[in-house]
Amino acid sequence: MSFEPKIVAFCCNWCSYAAADLAGTARMQYPHNVRIIRVMCSGMVHPEFVMDALSQGADGVMVLG
Amino acid sequence: MTLSEVVKIDGVAGNFSVSVKESPRYVDMTKCIACGACTEKCPKKVDSEYDAATGKRKAIFVKYAQAVPLKYQIDPNSCIRLQKPGACGFCEKVCDAGAINFDDTEKMHQINVGAVVLAPGFETYDPTEAGVWGYGVYKNVITSLQLERYLSASGPTEGHLIRPSDGKPVNKVAFLQCIGSRDENLCGNGYCSSVCCMYAIKEAVIAKDHVPGLQTTIFYMDMRTHGKDFDQYLERAKEDSGVRFVRCRVNGVETDGASSDLRLRYVNEHGRQIEEFFDMVVLSVGLQTPKHVLDLAHTADIKLTADNFAATSDFAPVQTSREGIFTCGAIAGPKDIPQSVVEGSAAAAAVADLLAPARYELTSEASFPAEKDISREDPRIGVFVCHCGSNIAGVVDVKAVEEYAATLPDVVYVERNLFSCSQDTQEMIAKRIQEKNLNRIVIAACTPRTHEPLFRETLKAAGLNEYLVEMANIRNHNSWVHSKNPEAATAKAKDLVRMAAAKVTFGDSLKPIAVPITQKGLVIGGGVAGMTAALNLAKQGFGVHLVEKSDTLGGNALNLKHTWSGEHVPTQVAKLIDKVIWNDRIIIHKEHTVTAVEGFVGNFRSTITGKDGSTKVIEHGAGIVAIGGEAYIPSEYNYESITRVVTSVQFDKLFELKEKHVKQAKRFVFIQCVGSREGDHMYCSKVCCTHSVQSAMALKKESPDRNVYILYRDMRTYAQREALYRQARKLGVIFINYELHGKPKVTENGSDIDVEVWDHVLHRPLLIKADMVILATAIRPKEDAADLGKLYKVPVDGHGFFQEAHAKLKPVDFSTDGMFVAGLAHYPKPVEESVAQALAASARAATLLSKTQVNLDAIKATVDENYCDGCALCVDVCPYNAITLIERAAEADRAAGKLITVNKAQCKGCGLCQGTCPKRGVLVSGFTMKQISAQIQAALAV
Repeated sequence: MSFEPKIVAFCCNWCSYAAADLAGTARMQYPHNVRIIRVMCSGMVHPEFVMDALSQGADGVMVLG
Repeated sequence: MTLSEVVKIDGVAGNFSVSVKESPRYVDMTKCIACGACTEKCPKKVDSEYDAATGKRKAIFVKYAQAVPLKYQIDPNSCIRLQKPGACGFCEKVCDAGAINFDDTEKMHQINVGAVVLAPGFETYDPTEAGVWGYGVYKNVITSLQLERYLSASGPTEGHLIRPSDGKPVNKVAFLQCIGSRDENLCGNGYCSSVCCMYAIKEAVIAKDHVPGLQTTIFYMDMRTHGKDFDQYLERAKEDSGVRFVRCRVNGVETDGASSDLRLRYVNEHGRQIEEFFDMVVLSVGLQTPKHVLDLAHTADIKLTADNFAATSDFAPVQTSREGIFTCGAIAGPKDIPQSVVEGSAAAAAVADLLAPARYELTSEASFPAEKDISREDPRIGVFVCHCGSNIAGVVDVKAVEEYAATLPDVVYVERNLFSCSQDTQEMIAKRIQEKNLNRIVIAACTPRTHEPLFRETLKAAGLNEYLVEMANIRNHNSWVHSKNPEAATAKAKDLVRMAAAKVTFGDSLKPIAVPITQKGLVIGGGVAGMTAALNLAKQGFGVHLVEKSDTLGGNALNLKHTWSGEHVPTQVAKLIDKVIWNDRIIIHKEHTVTAVEGFVGNFRSTITGKDGSTKVIEHGAGIVAIGGEAYIPSEYNYESITRVVTSVQFDKLFELKEKHVKQAKRFVFIQCVGSREGDHMYCSKVCCTHSVQSAMALKKESPDRNVYILYRDMRTYAQREALYRQARKLGVIFINYELHGKPKVTENGSDIDVEVWDHVLHRPLLIKADMVILATAIRPKEDAADLGKLYKVPVDGHGFFQEAHAKLKPVDFSTDGMFVAGLAHYPKPVEESVAQALAASARAATLLSKTQVNLDAIKATVDENYCDGCALCVDVCPYNAITLIERAAEADRAAGKLITVNKAQCKGCGLCQGTCPKRGVLVSGFTMKQISAQIQAALAV
């Protein structure tokens, strides 16, 4: 089986989370192995969250804001 | 009410009866969930109005993705079924929500209201009929609106700029300005549309961003970038983006035939006839009042101007000729977004003034059952999985998700719904919460951005704290974007439900914060803007303190004689002063300035200091900064040494007093842009072109044999002021264009003043012998603006004018809540724009002052005193100045030290503090470290 990375994405409620919603409305298809966590601002993402995610098995972390 | 039009307005101000005709939508708005299944199946394609016919839409459609309400509609003219009963009907078959109703009919509504606001907008000029530009004949001639769609990522070409004729990439674009504006011959629109220069520059810059190496040329008459920050944008377009500007009106577009390239002939700045080819020509079309708006104006029985815009007074810019009927936006003259938004609020202020006695009459308090205390209960999670018709269930195996959810820790109840958001399901969820004693809820459905408020209400109705709900977005982020992979989508849905359940497990009952409001306003500055704002607030019923630095009310308007439309300023200002003085709710503090400020939105305490040093403390809930601006005192053009070189304001006085030098003088030269649009003052003072044109006309009317010259860079008689420019030329005023690199030279030569300037028509230097030179001097910000700004923590821009929170969305708000701006303090502007802005600031302030308290969202930063060690890292990063460092007294197990405190009224819950804190000493409720960590863990658990 080919490698399937697990990605955790922190999305700002006001921009990137809304953009992900719009991607849905526009039925844009993208890989399914990303899990979005909504935050109120990308500035809210503590470095610990990134470390947590990586140490628990995420292959990549995105902070989108 | 959408698809509706006003057909009759009976009655009088305070009691209108309005007849509204609602056209059928053929889609039940209460049932449509905007899933889009209908439009996908609809076989009928027609030109999309939104895409300006560059793309197609279906017969069942939403106008654009962000449309409000987001509900589909059927266009009866193109729908196959509505045109031929019995045919097609695909949309009805695929609509799971059962929202299609082909039998929908037109409805009439009778509405009783106290006031009417007309905001019907404009249409762009259609260049087809004029013929000369080849629009509708040559495919590569498009309008600016069409280019806008081509450049948009959601447009027909997804932002790729290609030629409509052959799909080839575009390398060279020409923009032709004033198409349908400033043109009485081809279209009869003599006025300037005000916005096209700026939008053409923006489109040229964006097009260059899209297509590297793209050559863009804008052919224009006068570059009218008079708005705030516009001239800087123009300079950047020239210098950084390399947009070419050619001052020439191009009279026609031709094609070379075979290649569909377009040929333009024009005269360049050296007076040479040039022929140049372009791949594409963009017509910068102007704004005009559409036929249906003219009908509406007739229905509303309001007066129009010669240019077909609603007639208003400069001192009441949103009031039509019929009492109780107001306007905002382009119905009362072409204008840009910031000014339209300002007028929107201004109209609200004018209505609030008229209807002040009726305030609160229609409000009703929502009541909810007492909230259950769940702090001692173990989590009991209920999960509701939505099918969203087939939007989710068509891709995701919702039954499998339901079964999986039941296995998650603390989940005690799971259920599936066809539509979780429908009214009956809401009631059912509330019932289940009580029946099953649920204390945490997960809704696996769509996005919390649109639906969380709805589910919060449901929890409240069930006696549960509204913050104990979490949404798993298994539609927008899952079924819609992984529709080709149902298996993966089902697995992801389970993950999303698991993450939501993990987060809500650590959810707490949160209380929205209530902040009491001091229902009084403070207005700083007693000019036209300040007085207008104070008077409007007072007439809405609020107490107002009006602080004026000088010993006189009136401000800069005391120097003015006429507005552009000819209204007598002294009369109007005297009336305004009178009203302000006699209003019992306004307390005037002359010869006072603000010297200290404490507090925040709803609760300001401003200290004002008088000339004698005495101080008073004013408590107020909102503040309006209207401190005005001041006239620039020039050092150029030998103003200091030649007595007959005067400023516009000085000239007005001399002219009014019939001073003998003016009376006898035969030769006048006006020089524009003195202190504006150059060096560190790269902004347009907006009023000087019109002012000089009016003065020149007055001189000519008094004695037609006078020679009057206006030396200008761009004649900015924007909007309906263009009529003045036209009249001035008819009266024989001579306009000579100069560029910044060839500024006029003014020297005294015996009894003459010699003015040397480069003649742009003759292309040689010109010497004008003048008796008097009038300098159109700039408007500068007040010197103490920045100091006042610091007191209220509101910023000034690079020029020293106050900086609004957002040019378009919040044009009179500051980023500091509760503070607003109006008038020249914000940017140079004429009287009617100052008045509109003052009314807007008053309306915005009144939205606060009309409440005894404001309820703020509970998503706020909270200090954990066990962990905060007062390192203060968060204090600097907080964008809202909500955090302060305080002393912490010694405790049994801890020495005295520092601690932060969060002002909840100022906190917006962004969590920059949480992201910065190395000690977990500050947390955002609803998004705590624990909650997000649980979500991360759950995301990666399987």
